[in-house]
Amino acid sequence: MNFVRLSPRALLIPAVATVVAVGLAGFAWMFLHRGFLPTVPGAQAVTATTQIITRGEYLARAGDCVACHAAPGGKLFAGGRAMPTPFGDIFVPNITPDDETGIGRWTQADFYRTMHSGISRDGALLYPAMPFASYTKVSREDSDSIFAYLMSIPPVNRKNRPHELRFPYNQRDLLLGWRALYFKEGEYAPDPRQTAQWNRGAYLVQGLGHCTMCHTAINALGGSSESKAFEGGMIPNQNWYAPSLTSNREAGLGDWSIKDISDLLQSGVSHRGTVYGPMAEVVYNSLQYISDPDTEAMAVYLKALPQRDSGPPLSASVRLVSPGVMELGRNLYVKQCAMCHGEEGKGQPPMYPPLAANQSIVMASPVNSIRMVLNGGYPPGTAKNPKPHGMPPFAHVLNDEQVAAVVTYVRVAWGNVGTPVMPTQANDMRKALPE
Amino acid sequence: MAIHCLEWQHVQGVCHRECDLKPSVAEAAVVSRDIGRSCRTIATFLLMCVAPLLSAEAQDRSVAAFKSIDSMEARVQGCVTCHGQSGQGTASDYFPRIAGKPAGYLFNQLVAFRDQTRKYAPMNYLVAYLPDSYLREIAEHFAKQRPAFTAPSVATADAAALSRAKVLANLGDDSRQIPACVACHGANLTGMQPGIPGLVGLQSSYIVAQLTRWRVGDRHAADPDCMKRIATRLSESDVAAVGAWLSQQQAPKDASPESSNLVRMPLACGSQQ
Repeated sequence: MNFVRLSPRALLIPAVATVVAVGLAGFAWMFLHRGFLPTVPGAQAVTATTQIITRGEYLARAGDCVACHAAPGGKLFAGGRAMPTPFGDIFVPNITPDDETGIGRWTQADFYRTMHSGISRDGALLYPAMPFASYTKVSREDSDSIFAYLMSIPPVNRKNRPHELRFPYNQRDLLLGWRALYFKEGEYAPDPRQTAQWNRGAYLVQGLGHCTMCHTAINALGGSSESKAFEGGMIPNQNWYAPSLTSNREAGLGDWSIKDISDLLQSGVSHRGTVYGPMAEVVYNSLQYISDPDTEAMAVYLKALPQRDSGPPLSASVRLVSPGVMELGRNLYVKQCAMCHGEEGKGQPPMYPPLAANQSIVMASPVNSIRMVLNGGYPPGTAKNPKPHGMPPFAHVLNDEQVAAVVTYVRVAWGNVGTPVMPTQANDMRKALPE
Repeated sequence: MAIHCLEWQHVQGVCHRECDLKPSVAEAAVVSRDIGRSCRTIATFLLMCVAPLLSAEAQDRSVAAFKSIDSMEARVQGCVTCHGQSGQGTASDYFPRIAGKPAGYLFNQLVAFRDQTRKYAPMNYLVAYLPDSYLREIAEHFAKQRPAFTAPSVATADAAALSRAKVLANLGDDSRQIPACVACHGANLTGMQPGIPGLVGLQSSYIVAQLTRWRVGDRHAADPDCMKRIATRLSESDVAAVGAWLSQQQAPKDASPESSNLVRMPLACGSQQ
């Protein structure tokens, strides 16, 4: 047999020609055949549905649903967290879209009735630990968006645990009485005399923000009266005092700038003060995610709250501090506190809050200041302040007399108009769990 | 005088009055019950009181001090009254030295305190609202510190117990499948990257409390939880002896943790994976 022996060079020419031909054909195919749209990394199709879900997620943040509806380390919105109340423990329900144990079989209307009227899908009256007295102000559209978002999260099969409330609080029918006294159903009605911005702020603060849950005193029946809205009070079972937002002697914001209020809400720190404890939770889980315009709207509304300081200023005699206490407090302050808060109490805001002319220091209730000295605290780490500066605990360094003396000192020094604190008050807070 | 304080209360100083009467008494009675019910579970652990009589030198270590306000040094002032300016510990006979422990270990603990999978109310409260990225930076900050060690504490156990503990720490106990402490915590007990803490420089009361919590199932590590397997094989007297012996060990000149060496470890540990 004879083989035609081709030189390597002779083989190369048709090979190159073939490659070129295939390449040209490929180009032609690409131009002629339209095919799928190219994918752009990060771009997602925005449909009406995803817009509603994204909006619902934002609103669920504004409502701080996660604060209660997730157990520490538990799955998102699967509930199970025990909420201690003065009336017994309430176990927060599962609000994931699980058909069997969550709200998977609910409709928009069921969800709206819960938010708006405080009545569950099966007709049961909700305990007011669920802030439906605030959520009733939420619009149907916003409620539907939150519902759409909740339907979009992964379902978790976790059976709800029955509440452990004492008699007679375990009788749900008694809630009819509570509702008659303290619940006024109705969506937010804009005030036409106010700006759109003020109305937006009012809608968020009074509705989803449910600020009155803490910033209005709760009475023996677990209710709060509308006429006392935002006047402050002890937060049940947490041993923190939620200051009045309507008194310039407490956390009244009348003389704060809009920027300082917005900073406090969104980043957790400001040039006027810093959030700790339960308010740090609210900023961490909810307010840091609120948009700049919405935060500013809330600030505008809060600043405009009427200031209702009642009663004459405190007399000099209630503010009288014995010289020995003052000297002890001053010495401790210089040694332990001045490095961060300054000799003159001016602080180094926003990292270390000022103590001079800081309303939260001189409030009638000294529990927050005592708690801070005993347990220290870190403001929340937020998008706008991811690495906050912290204060150390002094419970193991200072005894009750010393804690009382140093808190007394900061309440009366540098023109502060607070009253002295007794060692027994320091001792009471020592026994409370740091939380 | 027997002094029983709830664990979180000893940092609160609730028991100071009793301790003041007899500050040398350090009684670690540990009782377990109702494990894992709530954050109040920790209150079932009765530990020793902290004598508030701190020396002047020790006080200074726990007073705020930093050069620049925009620094990690300034940001971690929240830690100093208990753990010292550089994490070297204070005169407290409980609070652990955290300086130089592997960053991975410190980060795991901070996350566990935040998420309440490790329960100690004062720590749970302090780090409750701090994001992972910041906790990692805090961990790395203290992992880098190399402050001097304080002199080891005086022995609180008898010679027989100490010699048994020395054998356990260096050789383990084959008959009970207990590996040596040094097998994982490093030949010099300075820990191992990335997740095993150094034991040198810790107080006996702290070591005993932690081993006990592991034994009764109140402290956990990532699965597989090797420390749980070991702690449950130790007897109560082993725990006391090991705590006393460890607290007496001298720190080596270079107290850095050993590098990760998975091949050599006698048990699989989740925190090393």
